[in-house]
Amino acid sequence: MGQTIIEKIIAHNIGADEVKPGQIVTVQVDRVMVDDIMMPFIVGKFEEMGFERVWDPDKVVMIYDHLVPASQQDDTRHYKVGDAFASKYGLTHVHRSDGICHQLMTEAGYVRPGDVVFGTDSHTTTYGCVGAFSTGIGYTEMAAILGTGTLWVKVPETIKVEINGKLPAGVMSKDVILRIIGDLRADGATYCSLEFTGDTIREMSVASRMTMANMAIEAGAKCAMFTPDEKTAAYCEIELNDFQKSLVGDADAGYIRTLSYQAENFVPVMACPSQVDQIRDVSELEGTAIDQVFIGSCTNGRLEDLRAAADVLRGKKVAPFVKLIVTPASRKVYREALQEGILETLAEAGAIITHAGCGLCCGRTGGILSDYETVVATNNRNFLGRMGTSKVQIYLASPATAAACAAAGKITAACG
Amino acid sequence: MERFTGNVWVLGDDIDTDIIIPTEYLALKTIEDMKQYGFSPLRPELASQIHEGDIIVAGKNFGCGSSREQAPEVVKALGIRCVIAKSFARIFFRNSINNGLLLIEQPDLYDDIHEGDEITVTVNEAVEYHGKKYPIHSLPDNLVEIINEGGLVKAMRRRNGLA
Repeated sequence: MGQTIIEKIIAHNIGADEVKPGQIVTVQVDRVMVDDIMMPFIVGKFEEMGFERVWDPDKVVMIYDHLVPASQQDDTRHYKVGDAFASKYGLTHVHRSDGICHQLMTEAGYVRPGDVVFGTDSHTTTYGCVGAFSTGIGYTEMAAILGTGTLWVKVPETIKVEINGKLPAGVMSKDVILRIIGDLRADGATYCSLEFTGDTIREMSVASRMTMANMAIEAGAKCAMFTPDEKTAAYCEIELNDFQKSLVGDADAGYIRTLSYQAENFVPVMACPSQVDQIRDVSELEGTAIDQVFIGSCTNGRLEDLRAAADVLRGKKVAPFVKLIVTPASRKVYREALQEGILETLAEAGAIITHAGCGLCCGRTGGILSDYETVVATNNRNFLGRMGTSKVQIYLASPATAAACAAAGKITAACG
Repeated sequence: MERFTGNVWVLGDDIDTDIIIPTEYLALKTIEDMKQYGFSPLRPELASQIHEGDIIVAGKNFGCGSSREQAPEVVKALGIRCVIAKSFARIFFRNSINNGLLLIEQPDLYDDIHEGDEITVTVNEAVEYHGKKYPIHSLPDNLVEIINEGGLVKAMRRRNGLA
């Protein structure tokens, strides 16, 4: 019988011919990502476990993003703990203000197709965009990996999502993944690998695939999988080897479920308060008053996202009572958006443009909202209290839709 | 077989980790500092009402969302003896096991239970409520091993000769 992509990666990692879903195996870790917010806990557990060295300092990437720049007096403690740990154990991959972890891990070349990667953040599923097996873990397991370089995993079942055809104008990959989460529901892919395939997926940029892989966790998935292709190779600046080229779901592989979509049927959608799987067409929500719009995050803060927003806002103004906050996902994205004139267009329209980071998405810094305010946001979660108080209404949308809403001062489907 | 009795708090479906402990409190120094904010977006008063040995019963997908391990640590620090839900999210499940917080999957109890009632749990066997027995499955061997070791930190200490 054939194999799914995740089965091929795990089998290759452990040196087996094949693995079966449900099997519990110990994988050798190719790379780990640790973020600032978890830093003191990881270091504490690592030392409590009694390790004297990090298994392979070159495989560890430390990224300060949730707390940068500091917004509370104690935040700098996290950088100090991280810096001391890096210095003591010889870690060299430390990013102190370069952007959001999930953007940097692939952008800076830390993750390659077929790698096995763990991170202390649930959106670590993002690296499936280049065909890596990546998933989020807690700080205790991260401490154990830092000492041993290994972790046990259960080989997941795979759900295939096949999309063919051409997406309509104004529909972005965010609309696609939100619709899929709405169909699967928030627990519909629990413990599963979500494998995306079809010609619509092949036509998508790596950035668009990232948005979808990022949100796989919102259906409970363990990981997301995209077959590495020529776009992946160009993005990673590598030539695919035979193993990487083999990362295709076999026709006779054992899928527990297949979802098939025709791309032409997708429309702009939103996830409504306060659950990611409460999906409605934007046209049904038309006219809902808003107070703020956020365009950014590891879900939708890339160049193509900012470009889509600028295309909508060119020559227009943000509604006077609405705050539009734009956060590029990384310093590289920031600079490219600057060079391309995107930031100028957005600033001209009235956007507040911030440094790259996680702050607003998780309600930690800058732009938090108050009771009964409404925000249209391009990030990945609209959980109760996520971006301010528990009475804030959060609608998740694509960058194009979010930009249209900012100009209209209300929810609107018109993003042309 | 281990057996205990406790009073029940009932929560719904999809209780996410932002509800269990919001991001704004994640950088507090200790779990003890954080625990007063447990479940605050949903029920601000709950953390102060929970007593040692109480049990949470919830619907499907408990612990969905973020990988924050502070979530199971806060639940444990509040004195919750175990969480019984229709299903659990993947990362929360692993984090709980590694911290020795007992999680029990049971599909039917949630539909019958009322908050404040008392239940009796016999680990790996059944939950008893109003004279009715709700069967529960045992955990996979590798997880039982971690729990028997006293959690992942202790397992690693033993590996490193620090027992």
